[in-house]
Amino acid sequence: MGDVRGFMQFGRKHHDNEPIADRLKHYNEFMKILPVAELQEQGARCMDCGVPFCHTGCPLGNIIPDFNDLAYRGQWRDALDRLHATNNFPEFTGRVCPAPCEAACVLGINEDPVAIKEIEMSIADRGFDEGWIEAEPPAVRTGKRVAVVGSGPAGLAAAQQLNRAGHLVTVFERSDRPGGLLMYGIPDFKLEKSRVWRRIKQIEAEGVEFRCNANVGVNVQVAELREQYDAILLAGGSTQARDLPIPGRDLKGVHFAMEFLPQQNKRNQGDTIPGDVSLAATGKHVIVIGGGDTGSDCTGTSNRQQAASVTQFELLPTPPDLGHFPRRDQRPDHTPWPYWTMMLRTSSSHEEGCDRHWSVLTKEFRGDDEGNVQSLVTVTIEWYKDDSGRQSFREVEGTTREWPCQLALLAMGFLGPEKRGAIEELGLELDPRGNVKCNAEYMSSVEGVFAAGDLRRGQSLVVWAIHEGREAARSVDKYLMGVTHLPSAGAGDFAWR
Amino acid sequence: MRNAPSNPGLPARDGLYDPANERDACGVGFVVHMRGEKSHAIVRSGLEILVNLAHRGACGCDPLTGDGAGILTQIPHEFFAAVARGLGFELPAAGDYAIGTIFLPPNYEEGQFCRQQLERFIAAEGQQLLGWREVAIDNGHIGETAREVEPCIRQVLIARGKGTPREMFEWKLYVIRKQLEGVVANSGLLHRKYCYVPSLSSRIIVYKGLMLPDQVERFYGDLADERFTSALALVHQRYSTNTFPTWDLAQPFRYLAHNGEINTLRGNVNWMHARRSMLASEKYGADLKKILPVCTPEASDSAIFDNVLEMLVVTGRSLPQAMSMLIPEPWAGHESMSDEKKAYYEYQACLTEPWDGPASMAFTDGISIGAVLDRNGLRPSRYWVTKRGMVVMASEAGVLDIPPGEIESKGRLRPGRMFLVDTSQGRIIGDSEIKSGFASRRPYRQWLNENQVTLADLPLPLGEGRGEGGSVNGDSRHKSNGRADDSLRRLQRAFGYTLEDLRIIMAPMATDGYEPVGSMGNDAPLAVLSDRPQLLYNYFKQLFAQVTNPPLDAIREEIVTSLITTIGSEGNLLEETPEQCRLLRLEQPILTNAELAKIKALDRPGLKSRTLSILFPRAEGPAGMQRRMQALREEASRAMAEGVTLLILSDRGVNAESAPIPALLAASGVHHHLIREETRTRCGLIVETADAREVQHFALLTGYGAGAVNPYLAFDTLGQMQAEGYLPADVPLEKLQKNYVKAVGKGLLKVMSKMGISTQQSYRGAQIFEAIGLNSEFIDEYFTWTASRIEGVGIETIAEESLRWHESAYPRADVPRNLGLDVGGQYQWRRKGEAHMFNPEVVAKLQHATRINSVADFKKYCELIDKQERQLLTLRGLLEFKPGRPIPLGEVEEAKHIVKRFATGAMSYGSISKEAHETLAIAMNRIGGKSNTGEGGEDPARYTADPNGDRRSSAIKQVASGRFGVTSEYLVSAEELQIKMAQGAKPGEGGQLPGHKVDKEIARIRHSTPGVGLISPPPHHDIYSIEDLAQLIHDLKNANRQARVSVKLVAEVGVGTVAAGVSKGKSDVVLISGHDGGTGASPFTSIKHAGIPWELGLAETHQVLVKNNLRSRIVVQTDGQLRTPRDIAIAAMLGAEEWGIATAALVTLGCIMMRKCHLNTCPVGVATQDLELRKKFAGKPEYAVNFFFLIAEGLREIMASLGFRTVDEMVGRVDLLDTRKAIGHWKARGLDFSALLKKPEARPGVKTYCCEAQDHGIQNSLDVTTLLRACEPAIERREPVKLDLPIRNVNRTVGTILSSEITRRHGRDGLPEDTIQLNFRGTAGQSLLAFGVPGVTVRVEGDVNDYCGKGLSGGKVIVYPPRESSFKPEENIIAGNVVLYGATSGEVYLRGIAGERFCVRNSGAKAVVEGVGDHGCEYMTGGEAVILGETGRNFAAGMSGGVAYVLDEHGRFATLVNMEMVDLEDLSNADDQRAVLELVRKHVEYTGSTRGRHVLDHWPQIISKFVKVMPRDYKRALAELKKANEEAASRGVPVGELQEVANG
Repeated sequence: MGDVRGFMQFGRKHHDNEPIADRLKHYNEFMKILPVAELQEQGARCMDCGVPFCHTGCPLGNIIPDFNDLAYRGQWRDALDRLHATNNFPEFTGRVCPAPCEAACVLGINEDPVAIKEIEMSIADRGFDEGWIEAEPPAVRTGKRVAVVGSGPAGLAAAQQLNRAGHLVTVFERSDRPGGLLMYGIPDFKLEKSRVWRRIKQIEAEGVEFRCNANVGVNVQVAELREQYDAILLAGGSTQARDLPIPGRDLKGVHFAMEFLPQQNKRNQGDTIPGDVSLAATGKHVIVIGGGDTGSDCTGTSNRQQAASVTQFELLPTPPDLGHFPRRDQRPDHTPWPYWTMMLRTSSSHEEGCDRHWSVLTKEFRGDDEGNVQSLVTVTIEWYKDDSGRQSFREVEGTTREWPCQLALLAMGFLGPEKRGAIEELGLELDPRGNVKCNAEYMSSVEGVFAAGDLRRGQSLVVWAIHEGREAARSVDKYLMGVTHLPSAGAGDFAWR
Repeated sequence: MRNAPSNPGLPARDGLYDPANERDACGVGFVVHMRGEKSHAIVRSGLEILVNLAHRGACGCDPLTGDGAGILTQIPHEFFAAVARGLGFELPAAGDYAIGTIFLPPNYEEGQFCRQQLERFIAAEGQQLLGWREVAIDNGHIGETAREVEPCIRQVLIARGKGTPREMFEWKLYVIRKQLEGVVANSGLLHRKYCYVPSLSSRIIVYKGLMLPDQVERFYGDLADERFTSALALVHQRYSTNTFPTWDLAQPFRYLAHNGEINTLRGNVNWMHARRSMLASEKYGADLKKILPVCTPEASDSAIFDNVLEMLVVTGRSLPQAMSMLIPEPWAGHESMSDEKKAYYEYQACLTEPWDGPASMAFTDGISIGAVLDRNGLRPSRYWVTKRGMVVMASEAGVLDIPPGEIESKGRLRPGRMFLVDTSQGRIIGDSEIKSGFASRRPYRQWLNENQVTLADLPLPLGEGRGEGGSVNGDSRHKSNGRADDSLRRLQRAFGYTLEDLRIIMAPMATDGYEPVGSMGNDAPLAVLSDRPQLLYNYFKQLFAQVTNPPLDAIREEIVTSLITTIGSEGNLLEETPEQCRLLRLEQPILTNAELAKIKALDRPGLKSRTLSILFPRAEGPAGMQRRMQALREEASRAMAEGVTLLILSDRGVNAESAPIPALLAASGVHHHLIREETRTRCGLIVETADAREVQHFALLTGYGAGAVNPYLAFDTLGQMQAEGYLPADVPLEKLQKNYVKAVGKGLLKVMSKMGISTQQSYRGAQIFEAIGLNSEFIDEYFTWTASRIEGVGIETIAEESLRWHESAYPRADVPRNLGLDVGGQYQWRRKGEAHMFNPEVVAKLQHATRINSVADFKKYCELIDKQERQLLTLRGLLEFKPGRPIPLGEVEEAKHIVKRFATGAMSYGSISKEAHETLAIAMNRIGGKSNTGEGGEDPARYTADPNGDRRSSAIKQVASGRFGVTSEYLVSAEELQIKMAQGAKPGEGGQLPGHKVDKEIARIRHSTPGVGLISPPPHHDIYSIEDLAQLIHDLKNANRQARVSVKLVAEVGVGTVAAGVSKGKSDVVLISGHDGGTGASPFTSIKHAGIPWELGLAETHQVLVKNNLRSRIVVQTDGQLRTPRDIAIAAMLGAEEWGIATAALVTLGCIMMRKCHLNTCPVGVATQDLELRKKFAGKPEYAVNFFFLIAEGLREIMASLGFRTVDEMVGRVDLLDTRKAIGHWKARGLDFSALLKKPEARPGVKTYCCEAQDHGIQNSLDVTTLLRACEPAIERREPVKLDLPIRNVNRTVGTILSSEITRRHGRDGLPEDTIQLNFRGTAGQSLLAFGVPGVTVRVEGDVNDYCGKGLSGGKVIVYPPRESSFKPEENIIAGNVVLYGATSGEVYLRGIAGERFCVRNSGAKAVVEGVGDHGCEYMTGGEAVILGETGRNFAAGMSGGVAYVLDEHGRFATLVNMEMVDLEDLSNADDQRAVLELVRKHVEYTGSTRGRHVLDHWPQIISKFVKVMPRDYKRALAELKKANEEAASRGVPVGELQEVANG
């Protein structure tokens, strides 16, 4: 397959970015896509492994070697089909997925891994450019109705799959626009919203009904849903943010990241945010608490809003700096190849200007007389294993420090779905982590009510959400029809009874 | 009275033991007086031959019980006249009475019963009983085992009845005997198996029994009587693979003695059965019914062949003609056979298929006696004619001591040729005379012309496209929007096509015309264990030849193969009429759509086709398939009743409502139905199917009776693939389809040749398969007589699988659309595809655990593998331990002892990198286990230890068919010598190291040329049967007395029987490999479909060895995807005390199962020779050491829990294994392991693990008794030694121990030339100077047998006829087959002709000879051969190096050369002239050759008659080398360094 010696001839290449100074001037994506010939070379680097470890890296079970080869040979149409067979939205994952597949790539043992994500994105973009991605309404309707609650990646994937199985699907979205995190969580510079809209239009054209501003359990009655639909699939995400209950938390200027980020996405779509709730980093010293992706998004957004400075704290210690693509023998023993490597990662947002600190514990916010945050106080901590072998930390004496800060953004992760509303009303059982508890077939403790995505598995990656949506849709279809022909990542494509 | 005897013969089926698997081989010989002069001396000579062939037989656990021996002579009238007088009656004239030698049950009443029955039939057939005679026997000296089941031996004397004309007498005797056999077989006698008729004839008489050759004469007192005279004597000495006492299987049979094996037996018997309703004869009338069944049920292959031969002869064909029908020459592609003869064979092929397999058959009707050799010349047969008119033929030269001066001529049987002495005519009748005799009797060519039809003769019906394949409705092209056509995709899905089928299997076939190649082993589950629906084809495993018969090389020895078949309605075997060839002749069994259309349109007398649908309604579910099968069979019968002679089974027309029956089920089901109805031979069976696409499918369809297959969907798929860019756009589709058909044909030949079968005609219906996971009800109904030993699924599940695929093609509401094809995942792991034992998680965990030596991580890894509840990937996954009586862990044998029982697999340096190979060796040496060289030789630099004490030398040195780098030094440096008979990934096949992997260093070690690909032949050319293997074991034991010898076999049904033969052949170890072992390169067909899991093979081996009382003297080792302590424990409990782990060990060193070994692109430096990639190797010996200790510690835990203190205690303890209930699994729930878990009864006090040493009999060898002592001054002090000694054929492997001692003391350079000169007179036994070293020169005045100079490593052999001989040396045979096999250096001079395969795989020796047989210089990679005379056919096949110079005086040579790899040049080059001159000069000097003298005397004129045979690649490599040398010289590098590289 492909060029068997391609990996010996070509080095890894992926897109360049616009210069930082230029890209900070706008909110759009800033990638400079590789020319087709070079992309095909990148496809040629795939070694067509007997055991493609990239597969285990990918929750969707993307058949990575196959589409790499098709890309290499310029069979873009087939490549797109191959991708769509396992992934409803490759243009999203091609942009925002951290690519565990690449961490698991066999070539990554001793070379830079294959640029899988780059290839995936190009195939998907090509599909839209060529007009290949059209609505595929089902040939026959089953007459069954399914309500999907939540229109993030899990909800969208489930809706599309269920609709293709012939069911009539209605998607309920509490926000004013559909798309969930894709629409309001991820900044445009990582995923332009036109791409999200494009997909939603396709799904709509296939026959799925979207109802926005429809908050199930608030302005849509659960009982109504139960009555009107043969099955309900909850995909509302993990939206309950982790808080930081320390002195000064109530000060103005201390906000959750998810209060901050959506505003910019709305502005980018022409909305005006009322002045009393509008948040902006412009001219401020911004401190982002939490070292993950959301924090990074806050950083990129703050810099675009021309913050005076951006600083980011992380409670955990500094991970080892292993460069971009550590070789197998460089990876730590507890996260060996082909698993996701514990290492220092620097995002494009970080590159744009960010002061990063690790092992930092925020103790207190301090404000001015008007209740605006002005600074925050931290202490450095050290990590150790306690007697029971658990990781634990203690404060290091004499490390207290005060930082100037006019906007503090809390990006410390999420604690599961909000329980008020649908979950409470349906009386769903929860798992110990507060997520909706389901059986192996994605059904909750209530007959006919299913759950998928972060709401079920806890906060995770977009790629996992799509996976959950697809698999849950398969279970719903089987529940409704007794048999399903929808595909699954694990078990293959045979009918499931 | 004796105690009630136990029954003789083979035991009944028990556990995995099946008597049907028993095999034998032997020595055979005859002596005859040409003019028919009877004498007692002839009988004596016969007995002497027998004794001199003793080493070709074997004896079992009881040293006095042989495997059987016997003699057939003419009836000595004088002797029996006297006998009769003694009994009180007078004998009629010779010829008017018959004598039967009868074995009877020892029990009086039962014996009486048999006698009375015989008397009854004698009377009923109008013959006259003269009387009974008690045969004088002396059983005092025969073995106890033999005596226990000795029959009561009587002779019956019968006078020809008055109403019976002379020419009908033999027929009547035959009818009497057949009826007796029938009545006894169906009687309720407890000891009916004793009753057997060795002979009942008016011409010949047989004396035989379960004895050693020297016991025959003493046992049968008659034979010593001077009045016991005969003009001919046929003798046979048997070597059987078992130790069960069988008197009846001793040979000769009534018409023949056979050395070899019939590979196609199952098919032949089936066809004979099917033919019986067609037997008809006015002459024999109602008597014909009395001879049924023709074939004795459950008899040996030779006995059944004898049955059929007998039937053909007694019904009127001459013995030679009957022989030529059953064992025809390869006529189809013969370049020089007369058309008349070709027509004869072609006509006979319409009557009966060949009985295929290695065979030297000696046959006689009491008047003429002769012999025939199989088409490939795989058994040795030499003959001598004396001046007094005596002819002696035997498996070896030198079996009778005849003064040299009396010899008129010496010859050998040639492949496919016949040799006949007719005592009535008093002369030898040569092959061409015999055959032109019967070829000209009838106008066969005319008959064929007028009746036989070829596809080219048939008109194409209107409306049919002329394309090669054609398409379904012509819609295989692309739709718009760049997307593949949907309807074709659906069809593909319905028939289980996967992306892999297209990309991995079909694309290479269509592009290159070859079967695709892959690497590493198969770690996907058996079909019955797979959670996915499987094609029925996947439940069958190809059988293959190992040890008891050789596989063939269908590529290099294509001349003996043929894909031609005839289909239609066969006639009456007893007649020859023009109508009998009214058949359709196909050049090969794959039909294009157009060709099938022609057949469908056929409607003429005798050739009328009808298409029957094999679809069933989906709505009826699985039961619908069974109903349709039933209806289909009825339709078939009805069609035939209406005169249809070509049945076409078709699955065209699949749609959402109609699902297909698997084509294989339909074909075999109808085939067996018609066999049962005895109408099968009246029609041809053609399959029009979408499901056949890979070689295995076509092999199965034809193997179960289909005459031709039209794979229409495969053809359409190729069109689609081209449109989609998977196939080159610039090649016409027709060409791609043609390539595909060609690849299938080649693949079929390969599958056939694995079993040693060379013609499609005899492969058809031969059922060379074993089923795994099909229940007996299903097998008995549709695949009758196929072995299937662990039960499994039946027709319901097969239907269910078919329906699952169908449903995936036509799902409800078309959901989902555009899914494309299934990913498959058989060949490469895919998340959505088939499960594999080595998935990413497993590889990652194993590597991590062994790198950091973590018990915890290793346990996680083991859990992943052993966690079989959810995924049953292996048979052992279904086993579990019964609760034992636990002991403290501390009481279990220590890990450091256990690890010594581990070996790594045979991976050659060449297939894997130097780094990987040496790391593994170091690791194994550190723990005291054994690594294996593989078949690529070993760098002598590795024989010295590293400064840190590490040793890089592999303990096991493998000896494979290629014999690369197998020198005396290599052998002497081994702890174990492993004979690789087969390899799990490609049993029955040779290997190939592609040229791009042969770098300078590998070429040096393999004694070959850089950049030139290397071929390992499928068979060892010195092992065509079990007694040959015993000989090689003996040779290797001679080459290194301190090493243990091991034989590597691959699991298949009957492997236990072979292993018993191996144990009898004195091997110290037998390795049973699973089918799933790794490979550096194999066809996928072989990786996936040949061989069976080791669990079955090992259990069978252990059971059969214990049953035969052979277990305690052989170590049993097993390998094949072993990975965890649990695997090892189960292996031990099933019977293995040692274990091999290769793939997993390689994984610890970094292998990540890329499966790219064959492409040289391994990205982790394990299986590549690329310099850059090799740098990436990151393995350390510690990782492998950790691995083996982690396994051993895990094993100890299991041992403690079960209560075993030592591994020895654990061996064979199946009683502590249980079957896990697989109730939940939709397929595996039908499995039944009771045969696998059967514990064989050992005799009291006998151990069931290896605890005794084999007796190799080395102490009696000439080397030990004489040579070592006499040569001591040379060995110790390098002083010259010269000896004059007699030599006989029983002196085997002479000079080999001597050579090994020289190597031990003096290294590979040995001693100065001619330091030791051994001058022999007589006939040397096999393997003269095998692995002989520099300084040893052997002269033989006389002749030599097979394998002379095998593995020669610098020694010199000179052979010339005795001075007294009067024949012309250059016209007579002086050396046997396979001279200089695998020689690496040294010289051989033969004044005379050598047999087949002269210089096969020679890589450095020089030789001069005066003529050779077929396949000369085959696979040669180096050295020089000068042939001063004629050669046989297929010269230089697979010859990739070295040079041959052939004196071609008659200008015929060019037609005899296989030109695939060589060019023919003249001798204009001065260097060549010098080379030839020098060798011929030496030849004349050493042998006194007049032929050589003539060449020297006429040199200038004769130069032009020489042809130089030059391998093309070799020439290129030499040119490159020369250039490199010149460049090096200009840089000042010593030339010697580079020269060494080219020592090929």
